Amino acid sequence: MTELPASTTRKMGLVIDLDTCVGCHACVISCKGWNTENYGAPLSDQSPYGADPSGTFLNRVHSYEVQPDQGAAQLIHFPKSCLHCEDAPCVTVCPTGASYKRVEDGIVLVNESHCIGCGLCAWSCPYGARELDLAEGVMKKCTLCVDRIYNENLPEVDRVPSCVRTCPAGARHFGDLGDPDSEVSKLVAERGGMDLMPEMGTKPVNKYLPPRPKDQIEEQIDVLAPLLAPVAEEPKGFLGWLDKALDKLPGGNA
Amino acid sequence: MHPAPSVIIFTTLSGLGFGLLAFLGLGLPDVTGWVAFVFFALAFGMAGGGLMASTFHLGRPERAWRALTQWRSSWLSREGIAAVLALAVMGLYALGAVFMGETWRLLGLLGTALSLATVFTTSMIYTQLKTIPRWNMKLTPAVFMSFSLAGGALLAGQTNLSIVLLLIAGAVQLAYWKQGDQALASSGTDIGTATGLGARGAVRAFEPPHTGSNYLLREFVHVVGRKHAQKLRVIAFALGFALPLILLLLPMEDVMVKHLFAAVAVLAHLAGVATSRWLFFAEAEHVVGLYYGKR
Repeated sequence: MTELPASTTRKMGLVIDLDTCVGCHACVISCKGWNTENYGAPLSDQSPYGADPSGTFLNRVHSYEVQPDQGAAQLIHFPKSCLHCEDAPCVTVCPTGASYKRVEDGIVLVNESHCIGCGLCAWSCPYGARELDLAEGVMKKCTLCVDRIYNENLPEVDRVPSCVRTCPAGARHFGDLGDPDSEVSKLVAERGGMDLMPEMGTKPVNKYLPPRPKDQIEEQIDVLAPLLAPVAEEPKGFLGWLDKALDKLPGGNA
Repeated sequence: MHPAPSVIIFTTLSGLGFGLLAFLGLGLPDVTGWVAFVFFALAFGMAGGGLMASTFHLGRPERAWRALTQWRSSWLSREGIAAVLALAVMGLYALGAVFMGETWRLLGLLGTALSLATVFTTSMIYTQLKTIPRWNMKLTPAVFMSFSLAGGALLAGQTNLSIVLLLIAGAVQLAYWKQGDQALASSGTDIGTATGLGARGAVRAFEPPHTGSNYLLREFVHVVGRKHAQKLRVIAFALGFALPLILLLLPMEDVMVKHLFAAVAVLAHLAGVATSRWLFFAEAEHVVGLYYGKR
């Protein structure tokens, strides 16, 4: 059914910290790995070792340079995956009912056995979160690792999306953004979490935490500098003899 | 947007085919027997052939029937249903006209309404997409409807009507290009809102996620074809509207020459609309391109 639920019990999603992300792409790789080996059609590659390699990814990391009016430019790494929008246009455009948003947790999923691969949902997504798998002919998207987060066969610590579990910088957080008392909601409130392209009216669940202001590098006088001045020592003993002996050889000093 | 041949062929041919069916349903021309057979064969060939072509771009064409289920929310589903109903109703009407010499007017009128509804639903598939500001305009359905009606009148041999409708369609086309050229800029979406970093300074795409291309870039970012956009606009307008109008307006006594000119007008119009439709896709900028510093 491609009609959106009026409301969802929970709003599970990600909070991505643009201040902390180091742009290592570990989340990209772990996502590709988990989602190739587990639920749904594998994420195929086309000509992976050829001249023009390409493949299906559910999560990609961009890097942007932001140049303020004054001061130094800042490099910001920017992971991007499905934002599990409350008003998801990809769901309502689907002609087959393959695209749906779950009432219980708000996760947007694709029923791969009903998808005809028309691509219209990818057209309707402003974020480029959906990619048509060329091998399978069906639409692939982030499932929020629906096969991990409720999976009782996994240790509890692993019951989060693969990208969150993998991130070495702790830049990715997972939780219920519909609950104002959840850790992720508090984080969003504290750090001023933002929506991407709010003007599109998609009401994304995933939030991005903006980079914190950078420390200023100021001209300063170091009172300790004289005390820390390098102390040149004349070599003694064997090294001293060697130094002098080498100085006497023709060829000049370095 | 990637100008996929299957979608261009589909929207061009089915637009003309359903336009012709709309006029045949009205009894313009009021034909029966063999003449009706030729008209209906042409109309069904284009409308049905276009629909067939549209299934070629599906990843899983064998499941296409599922697209008829979600009419409550999806314009693509509504289009599928409208097309099937229009072809079925006009099929019955054609049976009456060709084999029984009967023109069931009420059935024809219903077929006309369904044919036009099909073209409208097709246009809404594109119009609904906020992600493509150049399509997300009221002029988009106007383009599809006016082109379909003008082409339909031309094919139905309604000379006077097609002159008026070609003039309207040509004007709509010019207005669409003019408004479309400002659509992305006036949508307010840029790399700043896309990344949420715009308030901090000028945002520049520094590194793409991968060194190679991907589905998103192939599908949504089509820069190469836009190079000759202005020339192609002139070609599309000349072939689609100017030349057919000249051919229709030339005073012609000889019936054979008149028919020949009409045939050339139809072919020119077809080529012009196909060119315009190619531009419709190639010039459309999807906002996802902004994440890649492209459009």
